[in-house]
Amino acid sequence: MKPAPFAYHRPRTREEVDGLLAEFGGEAKILAGGQSLIPILNMRLAAPAHVIDINGLADELVEPALLGGTVTIGPLVRHAAAEGSQLTATALPLLAQALAYVAHPAIRSRGTVVGSIAHADPAAELPAAFAALEGEARVRSARGSRSIAAPDLFVSHLETSLEEDEWIEEVRLPVQGVRGSAVEEFARRHGDYALCGVVALAEPRAGSRIVLALAYIGMGPAPVRLELPELTASDVAGDALEDAVRTLAHEQLEPEDDIHASARYRRWLAERLGVRAARRAAGALEKH
Amino acid sequence: MDVRPRELAPISLTVNGNVHELEVEPRWLLCDVLRHQLGLTGTHVGCEHGVCGCCTVLIDGRPARSCLMFAVTADGADIRTVEGLARGDGKLHPLQTAFRRHHGLQCGFCTPGFLMAALPIYRRAGALSDDELREALGGQLCRCTGYVGIVAAVRAAAEIEAGDSAP
Ligand SMILES: Cc1cc2nc3c(=O)[nH]c(=O)nc-3n(C[C@H](O)[C@H](O)[C@H](O)COP(=O)(O)OP(=O)(O)OC[C@H]3O[C@@H](n4cnc5c(N)ncnc54)[C@H](O)[C@@H]3O)c2cc1C
Ligand code: FES
Ligand code: FES
Repeated sequence: MKPAPFAYHRPRTREEVDGLLAEFGGEAKILAGGQSLIPILNMRLAAPAHVIDINGLADELVEPALLGGTVTIGPLVRHAAAEGSQLTATALPLLAQALAYVAHPAIRSRGTVVGSIAHADPAAELPAAFAALEGEARVRSARGSRSIAAPDLFVSHLETSLEEDEWIEEVRLPVQGVRGSAVEEFARRHGDYALCGVVALAEPRAGSRIVLALAYIGMGPAPVRLELPELTASDVAGDALEDAVRTLAHEQLEPEDDIHASARYRRWLAERLGVRAARRAAGALEKH
Repeated sequence: MDVRPRELAPISLTVNGNVHELEVEPRWLLCDVLRHQLGLTGTHVGCEHGVCGCCTVLIDGRPARSCLMFAVTADGADIRTVEGLARGDGKLHPLQTAFRRHHGLQCGFCTPGFLMAALPIYRRAGALSDDELREALGGQLCRCTGYVGIVAAVRAAAEIEAGDSAP
C-alpha cells in the first residue's frame, strides 16, 4: 500500500522544527531515517496530517561528537555512521556492539540513532543500550529545552514522555571508560527483531568486585537498566551469577506470548543470554 | 519547503548520471517515482516495508531501500539503479556476468536488489569471510535460487572484472 496524503514540511533549522511542532503538534510526525515511520505510513497504520522531514536540516553533525565526558549524537547521525565512527569504537564500544544487531546495511544507511530511541520500540537494541548506559535525551520545543534521563523517557511500547510539541535534538551518552560491555540476542533470522536480547555493562568496584547492569530487549513494555548485586570475579564465573540472573529474570521481566515464542521460552532465553552477556562484559573488564 | 496534501513539489534527481527535474507528490515513494515517472522498472517492489530488499538502490553511494524513502527527501541525491550497471553497448557489468555464471538467479525478481547491495562490496569480497559476506547480503531475500550461487557470484565478480580489463 501507499501512504495517505499529508502536508510536507522540510525545515532548514532546529528553530523551524520547533515552530512547525508548535503549530501542528499532535497532527504531525517527524521524519528522520524513515525506517520505522515509512513502513507504518505505507501500511496506513498511521496517517498524520503533517510530516516534518528533518533530513534537510543544515549544519547538522553526521557523526557522533565528544563533548567533555559525553558522546553527543545529533538527529541526523545514521546507524551506519555511528557504527563506523572511531569515537564509538573507542569511547562507546557498547553502542557499536548494539548497532551490529540492528537490521541490515541497507537499513542502517538511513536509520538514525536518535530516531530509534524516539521510536521507543522495546524490541529494538538502541533503546536498551541507551537505558543501560544511563543516557539522556535533549528535548526541545518553542517553549524551551530540557533533558530527559532514560528511565523517564520510555513510558511504554512505542511511547515516550515527550509532549506533542517536543522533539529530540540530540542524545547524550556518557563515555564507557573502564566499563566492559557485551550484547547477546537470539533471533529467528539474522537482522530480525530478537525474540530476546540483552545488553550488559560491567563496572569494577573496590575490592575487585563487579557491578553488572543488564537491559533487556523485547522483554517488557520498555527497556530498563537492572543492576545485579555486587559480585566477585569467581561469583561471575560460577553459580552466584546464574542465581542472580535467574532471580532477576523471574522477578523483573514481563515477557509475552506471541506467534514467535511463548513467554516461558523467552524467560529461559533471558536467563541464558543474561548470563552469557554478563560473563562477556566482565571478561572485557579483565583486559583493561 | 512546505507542500500541501496532493500538491506537487519540484525536485531534481540524478539517476545513473542523468539529471531529472521532476514534480512529485511528497507521499510518493522513491521506488515508485523511479518506476512510474522515469520508467526504470528494473528496481522491483516486493514488500513495501523494508524486509525483502528487492527495491535496494544506491543513494549517494550507499545501499538503501527505495520503498522507505520519499522521492522528495531524495531531492538532490545521486542515485544508482540496476539500469546503471551494464554498459551502453549492452556489455554486462562483471557482477551481472558473475550472477549468470554462478546460477545466482532463477526468476530474477530479487536480482536487482542483490546486485545493488553487492555493488559497494564485491571488490573486497575476497577479504571477507563467508559469514561476513552473508551478513552484508543478509538484508536481501531470494525465494527461488537459494543463496549459495549468489554468494559464489559475489565472490567471483572481482576476478571476472580483473579478467575483463586485462589487455
Ligand atoms: C526491515 C527492517 C528491519 C529492522 N530491524 C531492526 C532491528 O533489528 N533492530 C532495531 O533496533 N531496529 C530495526 N529497524 C528499525 C530501524 O532501526 C529504524 O531506523 C529506527 O527504528 C528508527 O529510526 P529512523 O531514523 O528510521 O526513524 P523514523 O522512521 O524516521 O522515525 C521513527 C519514529 O520516531 C520519531 N522521530 C524520529 N526522529 C525523531 C526526533 N529527533 N525527535 C522526536 N521524534 C523523532 C518519528 O516521528 C517516528 O515516530 C528495522 C527496520 C526495518 C525496515
Ligand atoms: S520492497 Fe522495499 S524492501 Fe521490499
Ligand atoms: S531468483 Fe527468484 S527470488 Fe531470487
